[in-house]
Amino acid sequence: MTVDSPLRRLRLRAPLLIWLVLIWNLLWGTWSWANLITGVLVALTVTVVLPLPVVAGGARIHPLPALYLIGHFLVNLTVSSAQVAWQTLRPSGIRQSAVIRVQLRTDSDLLLSIISQNLTLVPGSMVLDLDRRRMALGVHVLDVGDEADVERQRAEVLATERRVVRAFGSAEDIARLDQEPPQERATAPAAAEPTR
Amino acid sequence: MNDFDSVADWIAAAFLLVGAFLCLTAGVGLLRFPDVLSRMHAGTKPQVMGVLLIMIGGAIRLTGWSVTWMLLLVAVFQLITAPVNAHMVSRIAYRRRHVAPEHLFVDELGVAPRGAEVQAGERGRRGDEPADAPVDQGPGPTVAEDDEAEDPAADEPAGGPRR
Repeated sequence: MTVDSPLRRLRLRAPLLIWLVLIWNLLWGTWSWANLITGVLVALTVTVVLPLPVVAGGARIHPLPALYLIGHFLVNLTVSSAQVAWQTLRPSGIRQSAVIRVQLRTDSDLLLSIISQNLTLVPGSMVLDLDRRRMALGVHVLDVGDEADVERQRAEVLATERRVVRAFGSAEDIARLDQEPPQERATAPAAAEPTR
Repeated sequence: MNDFDSVADWIAAAFLLVGAFLCLTAGVGLLRFPDVLSRMHAGTKPQVMGVLLIMIGGAIRLTGWSVTWMLLLVAVFQLITAPVNAHMVSRIAYRRRHVAPEHLFVDELGVAPRGAEVQAGERGRRGDEPADAPVDQGPGPTVAEDDEAEDPAADEPAGGPRR
């Protein structure tokens, strides 16, 4: 990290500070200036005492795709909980599951986190592992019968990636969606070590 | 005794009941699903949805904004933390080879034990081992047996989970 001016540091920390102040106020449940001021004090103390690394890249929000993403997510969450609920209760139980590896095209910590969070709550899939360097996800798929199920789930993961990147990605990230997924990048400095 | 004096109360009751039912299926899933990875599915999706519905039901039934904000916070944190929790548990289980290959249709990451020991009727369950331990060893350690005994699903009769 270069020599940051305090102002620039404050700008990078602003989303976290606002989030903490918001939580503080929601916890108190009522709006008052006293709550706001103590909230700011607490947020500053927390971020100074327990500093977190700044998320590189930052987020952009495209409102319409973001709404589409949220709507899709809520429908998916409903479907997947009904589905898993039925799978737990039906007499035949579940069939086999599968662990698949999906090559993504996104190269951003923030976007990958949002994608993984999303995938765990939509039907069938749960993120097991994330190979950050190769941008590949290991996904556990519940209730797989044949090869077609696996391919359907793989397509679903890529569709989720597309929705998330359209909603929160930079222009560069969005452009990368339509390119071929990168091949193994053997020259990267971090040897053959997978994500730890 | 009539507590249901408006449509909103009936809606709230429906949300609460459906939410509670989903949480129940999450518990049933923990018992009935065969391995850690499948169980974490049950522990996330119906569980999160169940909590969300109960929060909505509570927000309708309870009056006062301060309660509503608290319920909203619970819902948001449930959405954020449940997937992370499921991911961490299942990732560790997978990396420690706590996975029975007969439950897996394919394993494209190739960490779970496969091959010779499965064919040899070893059931492949090697229990708790680091992912970088050599794969082509003999039968798994005795840890595997202890683990089966603690397994709640193992106690179930034939009506239990089948593939």
